[in-house]
Amino acid sequence: MRGIEVLFLGNNMLRLLEGLWVTVRLALISIGLSLILGSALGAAMTLKNKVVKVITRVYLEIIRIMPQLVFLFIVFFGVTKLTGANLSGEVSAVIVFTLWGTAEVGDLVRSAFGAIPKHQFESGISLGLSKPQLYLFIIFPQALRGLIPNIINLSMRMIMTTALVSLIGVTEVLKVGKQIIDANRFDYPNAAIWVYAAIFLLYFLICFPLSLVSRGLAKRRADK
Amino acid sequence: MNMIKKIAAAVSAAILALSLAACSGTESGSGNSGSSENGNYRTVDEIKSEGKISIGVFSDKMPFGYVDNEGEYQGYDVYFARRIAQDLNVELELVPVEAASRVEFLQTGKVDIILANFTVTEERAKQVDFALPYMKVALGVVSPDSAVISSADELNGKTLIVVKGTTAETYFTENYPDVKLQKYDEYNEAYSALQDGRGDAFSTDNTEVLAWAMSNHGFTVGVESLGSVDAIAPAVTKGNEELLTWLNEEIKSLADEQFFHADYDATLASVYGDTVDKDNLVVEGGQM
Repeated sequence: MRGIEVLFLGNNMLRLLEGLWVTVRLALISIGLSLILGSALGAAMTLKNKVVKVITRVYLEIIRIMPQLVFLFIVFFGVTKLTGANLSGEVSAVIVFTLWGTAEVGDLVRSAFGAIPKHQFESGISLGLSKPQLYLFIIFPQALRGLIPNIINLSMRMIMTTALVSLIGVTEVLKVGKQIIDANRFDYPNAAIWVYAAIFLLYFLICFPLSLVSRGLAKRRADK
Repeated sequence: MNMIKKIAAAVSAAILALSLAACSGTESGSGNSGSSENGNYRTVDEIKSEGKISIGVFSDKMPFGYVDNEGEYQGYDVYFARRIAQDLNVELELVPVEAASRVEFLQTGKVDIILANFTVTEERAKQVDFALPYMKVALGVVSPDSAVISSADELNGKTLIVVKGTTAETYFTENYPDVKLQKYDEYNEAYSALQDGRGDAFSTDNTEVLAWAMSNHGFTVGVESLGSVDAIAPAVTKGNEELLTWLNEEIKSLADEQFFHADYDATLASVYGDTVDKDNLVVEGGQM
């Protein structure tokens, strides 16, 4: 058990939690923005317009081809070099994760609406529902049910990918862990395993409830 | 959809090419002086009038730049950074940087100075401007207390442990052909070999062996400085002459009070020991 004391030295526990808050905050803001922009993108993707289709598709593919780390460097350093505008690390991270999230959410929204059988629209109309009523009571609830587990899945991927932001100077939970290990590497050479275990636990505490919700929703959907 | 994938790939390739071009902008040279005026770096006056200097340091490289258990920045580089801010009479903002992005932070003016154990190399000097050195690193040789090796010549005919690909390997191959080299891939393998007595001594960077000998009883660094000496210096954005001059003057004037010896005592002594000849690591007034 030697080395576990490191977690309780000084402000270390508090610093890890602060680091976790940076991680969660980045993911929350990015997911929030992605939901708004992604819904708009998804709606655009369902349009029959050829030009819109090609543009949105190209955007989606670029985001998927480009590793997030490269994107972070392009936004954090590249934008400053080209325009002189000095973005902070956190703002750059939110921009990158929102661009990524928007593309993914857009695609999810598109496929969720695409998956609703045509007869649902037709039955609604034949029942005499107006367009807003049709969407509000029939289409959205069904689309949403398929969407939520996927969105939660995306959020969890985003939370874990935020570990990359330490490369552009943002100190998130994993970086705090590395700092703690390094500062104590002579006095507590075995601290690394405990610090990483603590970080694992913190990630788990955030992601596991999300995973449960997602699984529950998926099950409920299957039951219906 | 194949066509679209191709377009997407082409566009991302173009974005990558653009960003690469932006990164190597300083090397292509033309129009470089123009970019400095639109704020790629801040002059000493600008730093003073804005009342804040930002200095890039390591946050997880004990004992040069690290964050202690209270959450405060500490280390040899940080000690100097605090003094710079004090002498400029401005507030200090410490920015955590990674080894791989130190040059980029300067090129984009996101920090004014990098003080992150930055070794001066020809390649880097093309991309940033180095001030006078404040520390140096060479090779060291660590051996058991029972048979201390105190000069490189004593190694002739003996077995020296080295790690593959390090400067120690090249140095001894070229300059001491009579020393038998025992090569390992990893540092921890090399250290176990030394502890097991598989070799007479182990050589690598002196900062590394000094720190190791401090935490492993029964071993002494008999040779503290050997081979070519690498300088460690502060760096500023390429072309920031004013700040560079100020830093050089600062380093020269700090020699009067032996500032970096005091820095050693405050930050490095606990890791490298008090018995070490400080002049093998510390540089005063930029005089190597």
